[in-house]
Amino acid sequence: MNALRNLVDKVKPHFEKGGKLEKFHSVFDGFETFLFVPNTTSKNGTHIHDAVDSKRTMIVVVLGLVPALLFGMYNVGYQHFLAIGQSVGFWEMFFFGALAVLPLVVVSYVVGLGIEFIVAQIKGHEIQEGFLVSGFLIPLIVPVDTPLWMVAVATAFAVIFAKEVFGGTGMNIFNVALVTRAFLFFAYPTFMSGDVVWVRTASTFGLGAGSVVDGYSGATALGQVATATTQNVDLVNTVGNPIGFMDGFLGLIPGSVGETSALAILIGAVILLITGVASWKTMFSVFAGGALMAWVFNVAGPDTAAAHFPWYNHLVFGGFAFGAVFMATDPVTSSRTETGKWIYGFLIGAMAIIIRVLNPGYPEGMMLAILLMNIFAPLIDYYVVDANIKRRLKRAVTK
Amino acid sequence: MSKLFSEKTKQVFLGPLSKNNPIAVQVLGICSALAVTAKLEPALVMGVSVTIILAFSNVIISLLRNTIPNRIRIIVHLVVVAALVTIVSEILKAFAYDVSVQLSVYIGLIITNCILLGRLEAFAMGNKPWESFIDGVGNGLGYAWILVVVAFFRELLGSGTLLGIKVIPQALYDAGYVNNGLMILPPMALILVACIIWVHRARNKELQEK
Repeated sequence: MNALRNLVDKVKPHFEKGGKLEKFHSVFDGFETFLFVPNTTSKNGTHIHDAVDSKRTMIVVVLGLVPALLFGMYNVGYQHFLAIGQSVGFWEMFFFGALAVLPLVVVSYVVGLGIEFIVAQIKGHEIQEGFLVSGFLIPLIVPVDTPLWMVAVATAFAVIFAKEVFGGTGMNIFNVALVTRAFLFFAYPTFMSGDVVWVRTASTFGLGAGSVVDGYSGATALGQVATATTQNVDLVNTVGNPIGFMDGFLGLIPGSVGETSALAILIGAVILLITGVASWKTMFSVFAGGALMAWVFNVAGPDTAAAHFPWYNHLVFGGFAFGAVFMATDPVTSSRTETGKWIYGFLIGAMAIIIRVLNPGYPEGMMLAILLMNIFAPLIDYYVVDANIKRRLKRAVTK
Repeated sequence: MSKLFSEKTKQVFLGPLSKNNPIAVQVLGICSALAVTAKLEPALVMGVSVTIILAFSNVIISLLRNTIPNRIRIIVHLVVVAALVTIVSEILKAFAYDVSVQLSVYIGLIITNCILLGRLEAFAMGNKPWESFIDGVGNGLGYAWILVVVAFFRELLGSGTLLGIKVIPQALYDAGYVNNGLMILPPMALILVACIIWVHRARNKELQEK
């Protein structure tokens, strides 16, 4: 650590005013504050001084995402070898998955951070740290077989049009990672939905070659529910064995890389809640809203498989848990008032289930529900604050 | 000739093409810009139609401007525009049926295009026929070039074609390239118009709001 500090101190003069690399000050500053907590704080105005700066906050979220990523890697390998009918050891599955997922992570970070660095240079800003999390979220919410150039195009679009045009980190209206996914979803629908994209059946860098077994189907649980013709659907995994609530909870099922395991997401949620980075109110109310809405459909819904999909299954299958823990709690795009968080979270959960059940074109509703509520978050805040002002005015005695 | 193309007339013609563009600066006529720009051909036809209708309705209103009672002027505007729209629509049906099917209601809806009423109110009611004609052509072309630029990118990236002719080579598709489905959807037209406005204001600093 000391050696690193010394190295940073040694090159620092080059980047300061008058140094020969002054132009790249923002790049240097970005790296320095990433590695070490800066010893300067804001001087003017009223600020709450906290020991934690936003780079450290972001890293906690990244740590919370690590279980989902590691499990996602393992699951990619597990699904692959299940589909081609070979039985291999744990590490070979994990290695296969890691090779398949890492390129997505690299592309997302290189493109996103590249644009952030360029924009920071042009505007003469410091490099902002928001993309540390977005870049990690993007590979987790796409199918493993998404072509890398699509991820690059979508990431570039999202960073420029969802973030930089609004003024960069902290100013965006929409969650950047979800805009990336929405772009992919609408621009290249055949690569983002259907039955064939969720399990990698081809070999990765020459590893795991083979052909799929008889009876293979890559449909996700929610995909099966959306296309079911009977009211009660028997969910099956990639090779036709029945699955249930526990499989959805543990996550050895097809789906986007990081969304399948509710258990891994729960570990991440515990990390976020213990450190106080994410709001438990938002998280809890998303689950409450989803459970309640799904229960209403269970009891009084139309005669479709989606409406009769048990409410507890809705919470563990698909991206519901992932969205609730990592997307809905995004401090920039969610409501900021405490009452607002309850309303915001509840409506996300309810809306996601409504989209899932009532629109067979979208088996997964979490992405659209969160993006929709992102728009309403400021409105919710406005009325919460307004109501508070009115209540206090009423209390005041005016003569 | 000098009287025909005086300095003022030139300004009347060139203004709407850039500094006073109906779409990029005044933000009028956006609805049709979203609706007809998925392909280049309908965008071209729409641009030409609006230019013709705008030019001639400007002339007619300008000729009538001293006889139109002030209280019913909007109705008179609408009657003139509606007559011209019907003529253009019938001509399209007769000579370019496929395009007129593609444009469907949007030719008819030119009558509600804000640019038309805007120019009739703001210019033709107070200027001579020749200037009004130039103003109509200028505004029509200012509208048309934005439509064409937006449609160019939407058709190229969304369908891989231009005017229906395939321009993106098959080799690229074989290498894994896929047309961008979002380009066909209306939101992308809005984003592209926004990009044009962005570039336009970056180049013309005086247009930037404080």
